[in-house]
Amino acid sequence: MDKYRMRFQKTGRSIYISHLDLMHTMQRAFSRAGFRIRYSEGFNPHPILSIILPLSVGTASLCEIMDFRMTEDPDPSEIVEKLNRTLPEGITVLEAYEPQRKASELKYLAIEGRMEYDNASIQEMTEALQSFYSAESIIISKKSKRGYSDFDVIRGIREIHFTAGESFVEVKAVISAQEPTFNPDLLSEALQQKRPALQPDFAAFTRLETYDCEMQLFR
Amino acid sequence: MDKRLERILPKVQKPARYTGGEYNQIIKNKEDVELRLAFCFPDTYEIGMSNLGMKILYHTMNSLPYVWCERVFAPWGDMYDEMKRHNIPLYALESGDALEDFDVLAFSVGYEMAYTTVLDMLDMASLPVRSADRSSLLPLVFAGGSAGVNPEPMAPFVDLFVIGEGEEMNNELLALLRTAKRENWDKQSFLIKAARIGGVYVPSLYNITYQEDGTVKTIEPSCGAPAKVKKRIIKNLDGVPFPTDPIVPSTEVVQDRVNVELFRGCVRGCRFCQAGHIYRPIRAKKPETVIRQGIETLQKTGYEDVTLLSLSSSDYRHLSQTCDGLLEYCESRSIGVSLPSLRADNFSMELMEKLQRVRKSGLTFAVEGGSQRLRDAINKNVTEEDLLNTCRIAFAGGWNSVKLYYMLGLPTETDEDIIGIAEMADQVLHCWRQYAKNKNRGVRITISTSCFIPKPHSPFQWEAQVTPEEYLRRVNLLRSSITARNVVYNWHDAETSVIEAVLSRGDRKVADAIEDVWRQGGRLEAWSDYFSYDRWITAFQKAGIDPAFYAFRDRPNEEVLPWDMIDVGVRKQHLIHERAMAYEARLSPDCRKTCSACGAAALLEGGKCDG
Repeated sequence: MDKYRMRFQKTGRSIYISHLDLMHTMQRAFSRAGFRIRYSEGFNPHPILSIILPLSVGTASLCEIMDFRMTEDPDPSEIVEKLNRTLPEGITVLEAYEPQRKASELKYLAIEGRMEYDNASIQEMTEALQSFYSAESIIISKKSKRGYSDFDVIRGIREIHFTAGESFVEVKAVISAQEPTFNPDLLSEALQQKRPALQPDFAAFTRLETYDCEMQLFR
Repeated sequence: MDKRLERILPKVQKPARYTGGEYNQIIKNKEDVELRLAFCFPDTYEIGMSNLGMKILYHTMNSLPYVWCERVFAPWGDMYDEMKRHNIPLYALESGDALEDFDVLAFSVGYEMAYTTVLDMLDMASLPVRSADRSSLLPLVFAGGSAGVNPEPMAPFVDLFVIGEGEEMNNELLALLRTAKRENWDKQSFLIKAARIGGVYVPSLYNITYQEDGTVKTIEPSCGAPAKVKKRIIKNLDGVPFPTDPIVPSTEVVQDRVNVELFRGCVRGCRFCQAGHIYRPIRAKKPETVIRQGIETLQKTGYEDVTLLSLSSSDYRHLSQTCDGLLEYCESRSIGVSLPSLRADNFSMELMEKLQRVRKSGLTFAVEGGSQRLRDAINKNVTEEDLLNTCRIAFAGGWNSVKLYYMLGLPTETDEDIIGIAEMADQVLHCWRQYAKNKNRGVRITISTSCFIPKPHSPFQWEAQVTPEEYLRRVNLLRSSITARNVVYNWHDAETSVIEAVLSRGDRKVADAIEDVWRQGGRLEAWSDYFSYDRWITAFQKAGIDPAFYAFRDRPNEEVLPWDMIDVGVRKQHLIHERAMAYEARLSPDCRKTCSACGAAALLEGGKCDG
């Protein structure tokens, strides 16, 4: 076996490591653990290592997935054990295994978030948010590689629930991970564009779990 | 994490540089230590985390069980604004604790343009910037680094300076501070005792008097402080602790690789060069040490590159052996080995070929002067023949880019010397036409010039800098002398050089201007984004300081220099002799041909220089 998949968490201070920096960090962690990642052939060889869904800076995750190839075929449990000793604070490998499914089968993500309001009633905000996100469609202007285009936020959300916490509104949702890719930051972005009064003073999200199109766990 | 920080981090560029948590960071229990030390680098994370001195001293200071040394860097402008807006004080990366919880602030100051950032970091730590306004012993503010060889412009701000290499000295100082804290000494008693530690300079114990013309008249030590503070060195580099487990940043930094020193000091004695004089005597590591430390560090960091550092790699006696030893480990693992600071000779080319089998990047030569006469005057032992020989091998070997570095405004420089730079570029171009393997790819020859800045403790420490107007005249002369299309010319601006010249040879009076520039918003001034020439000129005027007095004035050999209390090991008489040789355009042989008895060997106390 030379193809591997691993699931890892990215929490605490490590949530500020960017996607590109995380790739370097992983590469070095493998090297420190004494593993050799396979390199691509060709004029400009690069390590074969890819994270299925890049995570935005500032978002935490309990369910990141990375595919990679190795020059030897170490036991997956050995990878988990050794890597967890060579990764920076906040990044923890949960498991490693031979992937059985294509990365493209990952369809949904369960997320939770904290929306903080400094000068508003949490109860009122919770109700208003639930009602705002019950709409049939919410078209916002979204920045893409080719400038701005219209995007229906509702198309990216499978389910969403708001509950009043002590000092913030807690949101739990299932969002589309691929086709379309829905970044949880769009939940605030939509408010800023459509209902500024509901826009939180601060929002932070955590990815919880990965699912396929049948809402079965994706591994 | 601090709630306020959590809100601003997503908004700033590259937030990972403000969080800590990197691999190999040192975490201690704060209840278990007696001294908490904030190791402050007055520039950004990317610069500070690339600094080998920082890595070494982080390790040696943390080796004391009663000290927890943490890192602090200066935030970039966007983060700075957010921190001010949300009232977030400067904090250390490991613990996230504000600097007010610390017992010591230790600054590493390597260049003059960082001075205002030192003041800014003190202020962000809620401390008064002047030593006299910080009456209690703690927190103690000390500074080290190569800018310390003229500590005077920063004298009013810093409680004490450590001069020279800090591996041993810093720990002696911290041991004394631990006693002082336990026994509740007052600041003055501590400083008087600290001044007895070799290499420690306590500015407040020295009274400076001035002549009517503004030059220094006397430097009077008091309370038993030494008349001359002798630089500290590590005598045996094989025996001194070297961290093979440095912190691996989780975000890209400037020197994102393993760095291992080959040797400290330099045998060359280029007369403009401060580093070549203040780091003497020559002390080399054994090749086994370099190879072992290199491999061990690669294993413990996971880096893909290793660089061997020194002031002049070609002068390391065991260079081939060391490179072979490292390549044996690195080649099969696709790890790159690089050697900066090579001389322009055949041997270096062979080595480069060996090291860079795949990528043929550009070649860089520091030629410094445009004619043989001028290069002899500055004792830069590079001939046109050497350079062209090297280029011939390089072009034949498939290289197609050459960078040539020069200084304008060197003592004795004439217009002929400047035109000589353009002529040399033509020669290099001609060489390419003759020997290039594949001419279809074209060639790129880049000339860069900077303005010469006379530096303390170098043979040119008494010299006048040329004015910015004169520098620009020379720049334009060179520009008009360059005719070939394949030759690109870049020049540094003159304004930063003037300020650097004033600060590097400044006295205590200059401190007022530094403070004023900081009060007017000056920080991170090594970055052109933040440098303001006008702000400096206004500050000089307000402080009654004439920049020309410091930058453009030729000093007689007998003048008392502001930094005369600092003894880096090289005798003043040697510098005076070298200055005279410059005016006769006479070369001094390098240390290995003939020992010039510069005096630095005495620092080894009987040990052998270059042994």
